[in-house]
Amino acid sequence: MISGRRILAILRKELLQLRRDRMTFGMIVMIPLIQLVLFGYAINTEIRHIPAVLVDQSESNLSRSLVQMVEATQVVRFEQHVATVAEAERAIVRAEVRAAFIIPQDVAQRLVRNPAIGSRFADGLQEVEARPIAQWVADGSDTLVAAAIRSLRGMPLGEMFRDSTNTATPTFEVTLFYNPEQRSVVNIVPGLVGIILTMTMIMFTSAAIVRESERGNMEMLITTPIRPVEIMIGKIIPYVGIGLIQVAIILGLGALLFSVTVAGSLWVLLLVTLLFILASLSLGLVLSTLASNQLQAMQMTVFVLMPSILLSGFMFPYEGMPRGAQLIADLLPATHFMRIIRGVVLRDAGLMDLLPDSLWLLGFALLGLGLASLRFRKRLD
Amino acid sequence: MSEAVAQTFGLTRRFGDKLAVDGLDLAIPKGVVYGLLGPNGSGKTTAMRMLTGLLTPTSGHAEVLGARLPGDAEAVKRRIGYMTQGFTYYRDLTVLENLRFIAEIHDLPARRKRQRIAELMDTYTLHEQANVLAGALSGGQRQRLALAATVMHEPELLFLDEPTAAVDPESRRAFWEQLFDLVDAGTTMIVSTHLMDEAERCHRIAILDRGRKCADGTPRALMDRIAGRAVEVEAKDPRRIGRALSGKEGIVSVAQIGERLRVLVTEGTGDPEALVREALAGHPDAAVRAISPNLEDVFVLATHGRDQ
Ligand SMILES: Nc1ncnc2c1ncn2[C@@H]1O[C@H](COP(=O)(O)OP(=O)(O)OP(=O)(O)O)[C@@H](O)[C@H]1O
Ligand SMILES: [Mg+2]
Repeated sequence: MISGRRILAILRKELLQLRRDRMTFGMIVMIPLIQLVLFGYAINTEIRHIPAVLVDQSESNLSRSLVQMVEATQVVRFEQHVATVAEAERAIVRAEVRAAFIIPQDVAQRLVRNPAIGSRFADGLQEVEARPIAQWVADGSDTLVAAAIRSLRGMPLGEMFRDSTNTATPTFEVTLFYNPEQRSVVNIVPGLVGIILTMTMIMFTSAAIVRESERGNMEMLITTPIRPVEIMIGKIIPYVGIGLIQVAIILGLGALLFSVTVAGSLWVLLLVTLLFILASLSLGLVLSTLASNQLQAMQMTVFVLMPSILLSGFMFPYEGMPRGAQLIADLLPATHFMRIIRGVVLRDAGLMDLLPDSLWLLGFALLGLGLASLRFRKRLD
Repeated sequence: MSEAVAQTFGLTRRFGDKLAVDGLDLAIPKGVVYGLLGPNGSGKTTAMRMLTGLLTPTSGHAEVLGARLPGDAEAVKRRIGYMTQGFTYYRDLTVLENLRFIAEIHDLPARRKRQRIAELMDTYTLHEQANVLAGALSGGQRQRLALAATVMHEPELLFLDEPTAAVDPESRRAFWEQLFDLVDAGTTMIVSTHLMDEAERCHRIAILDRGRKCADGTPRALMDRIAGRAVEVEAKDPRRIGRALSGKEGIVSVAQIGERLRVLVTEGTGDPEALVREALAGHPDAAVRAISPNLEDVFVLATHGRDQ
């Protein structure tokens, strides 16, 4: 029979130890706080003000107004002016700039032959070979930077002539739901809930159990009538509370600092978050039965954390990943939670909309608890 | 002595290819202090862990309080107490918090819990340290806390693994007083030790060496069994005499104790004094006389035979 008093005893002991462990206690609050501020302000998929170098070989009024137009897009900022292409390439190698804008001497002729402009002069000219009017050389190693530079490729030139002849009617009309201003932080705040819970929940539980064996306490505990399930439940409950506190911190600050408010029901939010916390805790328990010291427990946490950050859809859209990566991602509780929490916080999704992922988390939690209890022996060998 | 509360039958434990405990047969009668005497690494802790169900024997089995081990470990856990070799209570909890925790783990009802904790704090003089973290206690205080926590649920059978290794002689005496109080109350104890003075206090002892039992019985009987095999030599230069004696036919061991030499001879030596005198023929200044053996002699003789 499971004894409530024994579970309570473990729980109370765990809280007393936690209260005396200032460092851990501080981490509970500081981890979500600092991560939110860091990620919230730093992660930005909309690239602006890329440092660039200008090689203006034409030195004409035309080239100067072209530069002004490019700067007006705010995608790049010209930090250097050099005379030759070779110098520009050196600047890229030294990482002083990420891109070079090269305006050739014959920019005026090229402009006239450009089909976007050419129509206003003579029809016949269009048959003459049309070439781009200037060139961008960019450091392509970072795909986000490269994509931003590329977006300049089709920059409209009409403004140069102070009219809007080539503002064509768009082929498609695009309406953006949920994040019309396109702020990255809207996607990041709820995602961060999943990442931080993955990190702290797995780390705290696995360490809490391993610590007990490391300090020999387990040798004393297992000669008492306590049951493995009682130890596990007693150890888990405080961390469920801690997990909820962290969620409150992240979402509260998210609303305050970044105006990301919870669109869905708070009850649904509570329920799905509890499911995820339980799934993470049970994973922590399973890891604790594998690790023999706290360092190993920590390494295993990182082993789970890295793919949770990179594959769960937190950083890159799940749909864009190759099939193999998706299969791995599907094994991680964070992937399922990422979909759920964004659904609740951003799209006001109800429990029914989130059912498959929620059931998956529930199954994972039960499986983990069962596995951990089976593996946990009241013996030293 | 009445029936055995714990018995082992060929109890064996192997770690890799190392035999930590090798075919141990013990019978521990009710109401005694039973000592397991052995040097470091002789398998005392391993034997206790098997008797408390913490380790599964590689072969053999034990019967503890009527339950068979391995197999029925949970049944005895309410009736035994095990004080481990190191301090395994929580160093980051206070004395009182540790005692409360243990009382709750043993499912004592609230009133009984308070009563029992007050009782134990009296018996083991822990009141002054009630709110001190266990990690900040002195060795003796920590040992008293460990004993108090171990007997919280009034176990019938108590296992104490080197209980006074980190305690000064004064505290050790007090500690043993408390152990005998528990024995008076009907508790049986199995105490491991490598200290002779501690072994002398036990009702019965078993001597372990490299996992095997070499001898067992009451300390008195064990000493009587080797009566007449100990000789003392007094001389001006005991080290030189010692070198002259060791390795001689019929001499098992020579140990210097201050100014004197303690010499043990092989079993069945007719006149040990004469044997030693003969060996020391070239040293007329050496005074030789027979003495009564002590427990250390028992230990040395019991473990020595195995080298040959
Ligand atoms: N878990 C283990 N894994 C491997 N070897 C072990 C283990 N536990 C004990 N041993 C080995 O078994 C032997 C007996 O160890 P044990 O701890 O029982 O000795 P002991 O008599 O209690 O010694 P001490 O007086 O130092 O406490 C030792 O050689 C030890 O190295
Ligand atoms: Mg030991």
